Amino acid sequence: MIQVKNLHKGFNGQEILKGINYTFERGKTNLIIGQSGSGKSVFLKCMLGLFKADKGTIEYDGKPYSTFSDEEQRELRTEMGMLFQGGALFDSMTVEENVMFPLRMFTKQKKSEMLARVNEVLERVNLEGNGNKMPSEISGGMQKRVAIARAIVNKPKYLFCDEPNSGLDPQTATVIDNLIQELTVENDITTVLITHDMNSVLEIGERIAFLKDGLLAWKGTKEEIFKTDDASVTDFVYSSNLFQKVRKAQLKGL
Amino acid sequence: MTYLHSIGEYFLMLKGVFGRMTKGSVLKNLILKEIDDLIMGSLGIVAFLSFFIGAVVAIQTALNLNNPLIPKSLVAYAARQSVILEFAPTFISIIMAGKVGSFITSSIGSMRVTEQIDALEVMGINSKNYLIFPKIIAMLTYPFVIAISMFLGIAGAYSAAVLGGFVNSDQFISGLQDEFIPFHLTYAFIKTFLFAFILATVPAYHGYYMKGGALEVGEASTTSFVWTSVVLIITNYAVTQLLLS
Repeated sequence: MIQVKNLHKGFNGQEILKGINYTFERGKTNLIIGQSGSGKSVFLKCMLGLFKADKGTIEYDGKPYSTFSDEEQRELRTEMGMLFQGGALFDSMTVEENVMFPLRMFTKQKKSEMLARVNEVLERVNLEGNGNKMPSEISGGMQKRVAIARAIVNKPKYLFCDEPNSGLDPQTATVIDNLIQELTVENDITTVLITHDMNSVLEIGERIAFLKDGLLAWKGTKEEIFKTDDASVTDFVYSSNLFQKVRKAQLKGL
Repeated sequence: MTYLHSIGEYFLMLKGVFGRMTKGSVLKNLILKEIDDLIMGSLGIVAFLSFFIGAVVAIQTALNLNNPLIPKSLVAYAARQSVILEFAPTFISIIMAGKVGSFITSSIGSMRVTEQIDALEVMGINSKNYLIFPKIIAMLTYPFVIAISMFLGIAGAYSAAVLGGFVNSDQFISGLQDEFIPFHLTYAFIKTFLFAFILATVPAYHGYYMKGGALEVGEASTTSFVWTSVVLIITNYAVTQLLLS
């Protein structure tokens, strides 16, 4: 569980996050949605400790992360996994070396044990047999799955995903969404996922936080988001033609 | 103010580099890889340049010795002094600022652009130590490159002077030994160590703190070369003033 209390963050005198209070629950996919510029990425980077909050606290299972020193934060980060928007795979390493990287850095396992774990997670993300390929030799969707494998290989307690579906076709995006949700439930981890993609909301939005202008404008579930009358949320959710048609059908009682 | 900010940021980066250390077994492999990339990969161009620079210095000196009262052995003396004091340590370091420096800036800059540095940080790794410390250690072997450069520079001078018929072999050897001051070698290697540190850290700073995309990586490499050269020249002046004057 991650608890965020009264989080403020600004740059050059401009306040980006204006006092966010929210709790991310364990064993669930917690989505952060909102328009571009609403503060989602800053919020995520504050939670990861890549940005230092101006005010407020962030607690990981009761541990006051935001008040930790840089070294203490690094220690806790070994319990986190992160899926970056572009994958952020190390391009000088093979797929296998990328996935093995956290194990090499933080465990004292023998190479055979590490290889066994790497093969296990590669199989879990349906990439068995691709260990010797370089990141540049595989597709964008496969790169995302390698990044997921790397994020979960060291059995993290917390998984963060920054727009995992950007640049992917709808079919691959669904595969990635489902994979994230399955891993969350299987490993009972706290997953935080930033997205613009309403399909993701429909697929895996167990808990949703809607940010607007640096504030938490709405929170709820995927069932609730399509029933809310909150104008700021409906403007965002029904901005696409497809969802506008769904909305009209809803209003007509179809 | 921008310069002061950059200087402060550079020293904070250095503090971070010597902060939480990367796991020893991983670090060992990184250092060996950096020695291969930065040092071994530069030997060819250093050898080529050194040999021909030494040759040109010998020819230029010989062609300018018209006074019969000046001994021919001065060709070797001038080549030795030029190569040991300046051409090998300083000139080769400026070349390395272009080759090795640009490589360091662009490789770290590309990692910044593609969020690989953020990925390291999120994993709990001290990215400054992981990326920059192995380069500093690898560059500690840089004096070997300069020693090779000195040897080949003098060999080039010998080839050009003797084979070109400007002096005979005995005159050249005699000039080479004439008024040799061992401290000049010490001076050359002291500044080589300082240059090695500059060559590893100034380009790393430009790569690590760059912002933007692919275009900015190119700009950072160019800026890195300019600033590394400036710092090398200023350090060269300061060390020479301190040790030789």
